[in-house]
Amino acid sequence: MMGFSRPQLVALAVMIAVIVAAPFAAYPVFLMKVMCFALFACAFNLLIGYVGLLSFGHAAYFGMGCYVSAYAAKSWGLSAELCVILGFATGAALGAVFGAIAIKRQGIYFSMITLALAQMVYFFATQAAFTGGEDGIQQVPRAPVLGFISMQNDLAIYALVAVVFLGGFLLIHRIIHSPFGQVLKAIRENEPRAISLGYRVNDYKLMAFVLSTGIAGAAGGLKSLVFGIATLTDVTWQASGEIVLTTLLGGLGTVFGPVIGAVIINTLEFYLAPFGSWVTVTQGVIFVACVMAFRRGVVGELGARIKVAL
Amino acid sequence: MLSILGYNAGPLLAQSILGLINGAFYALLSLGLAVIFGLLNIINFAHGALYMLGAVVSWVLLNHLGLGYWPSLLLAPLIVGAFGIVLERLFISKLYKLDHLYGLLLTFGIALIVEGLARNEFGSSGMSYAVPEALRGATRLGFMIMPTYRLWVVVASFVTCIATWFVLEKTSLGATLRAATENAALVQAFGVNVPRLITLTYGAGVALAALAGVMAAPVYSVNPGMGSNVIIVVFAVVVIGGMGSILGSILTGFGLGLIEGFTKFVYPQGSGVVVFVLMVIVLLLRPAGLFGKAA
Repeated sequence: MMGFSRPQLVALAVMIAVIVAAPFAAYPVFLMKVMCFALFACAFNLLIGYVGLLSFGHAAYFGMGCYVSAYAAKSWGLSAELCVILGFATGAALGAVFGAIAIKRQGIYFSMITLALAQMVYFFATQAAFTGGEDGIQQVPRAPVLGFISMQNDLAIYALVAVVFLGGFLLIHRIIHSPFGQVLKAIRENEPRAISLGYRVNDYKLMAFVLSTGIAGAAGGLKSLVFGIATLTDVTWQASGEIVLTTLLGGLGTVFGPVIGAVIINTLEFYLAPFGSWVTVTQGVIFVACVMAFRRGVVGELGARIKVAL
Repeated sequence: MLSILGYNAGPLLAQSILGLINGAFYALLSLGLAVIFGLLNIINFAHGALYMLGAVVSWVLLNHLGLGYWPSLLLAPLIVGAFGIVLERLFISKLYKLDHLYGLLLTFGIALIVEGLARNEFGSSGMSYAVPEALRGATRLGFMIMPTYRLWVVVASFVTCIATWFVLEKTSLGATLRAATENAALVQAFGVNVPRLITLTYGAGVALAALAGVMAAPVYSVNPGMGSNVIIVVFAVVVIGGMGSILGSILTGFGLGLIEGFTKFVYPQGSGVVVFVLMVIVLLLRPAGLFGKAA
């Protein structure tokens, strides 16, 4: 079904069950944060895992999605679903421009260019009037869905976040298993060969980039609605690095890896928050450990152990 | 008063020269990155953190061991270079057979660890580092008063860059190194210990970063975040210059510092992004970079 294998369907059912049951056992705002970052990581994984492109500036799209959606909710009074769509549009538009520039170079250069472009967005966010500079956009109202379904209750907005997260998750899965997705994988495996087969490789790369940045922007928009705030934190290069870590830890190119990665990283941050910069040190250690010892990530290792692609 | 394009020439020249000081650091750092990339084929994301470590080590040498600026100028690069050699042996050397991206991810992790530990130990605020006795005071240049120390930074960085270029391009050691960059297996067949060459190259590249850190300490004050601020600009410098030539990365480093200073005078808000804007323009016109060879 939809390109899910039987074990993946079981895993999907478990994930949905956990999403439904979790708010009664854990703090809903924390769970919503995890889902926002999980969607962000899934979007990032679409690029690194299936096209082999390491974007080191994905926070720019997430962060700008955050800003634009927060601004729309606060200043224009747009309803929640329009804010999220606007977040998607922001990420996709920015991704179209930056992607067109970055795909001119390959490999490490691609990563450095995306990083530098994201830093430009960071400077823009510190200077532009609408982002509020150092203060960010605060007290963003939790806009009602369709203009009348109130989101004041934590469980109501939890449902919205869960729906958008699952929608995005399934969309990404659908993209990967479409003929378009197969071409992306072919490019990852052997780019010159894909070119010689007549595929316009750069068009495919750009399309994948725009889809990824759009979904990242939507995840950012969602986050601004949940927390009622959009700040510089989400456009820093540290945030870009964190999403790389999340995906790497969960498992590059796995379906559920980014989700598991987001759960682990956010839980770690939650418990390590009182210890200040030990968060950074721990993240660094996990990075080194992942690269040196288990490059397949948690889900990838697990899948290899039970011989199932998760 | 002399004027250029309708601007007052004095302040314009002054800002440009201040820009040249930033350029001196860009040049030293991008040079180290280029040397490491040439032989190891990895982008050393930890370069900024090791630059910061150079400054921190010189601060510790001064405040805990009473060793001043001049010994630090030699000792800090040696200490940080040795640290780099350990890193290369323990971690980086295990990744040469893998995709280059893993090298980037690994060094990024190392950068996080080094920066996090430094922040834990020294806090986030800057620690001042006094300008050494011999370089205090200022020189009157007519249009501006130039602190002697900053003049020293520009000259010392330039001399170091040229010396590195000379070693790489004009000596037999450099020739071996360049040959290993082209074809490591063949050079190994001639009896050169290539793995050791690679280790020492990484150590030397890192030592260059630490040297930049020591020189930066009196200018920017010692601060755990100083590396991450500069490394992204240096990446843009490297993309603009292309990593094909050593001389190219030196010229691009100084040139971009100059342009940044110029922008600070003409349009101050733009000085933070001008390097990135230039990067975009260069990528559109010459994707391989100004001095790079087409892939």
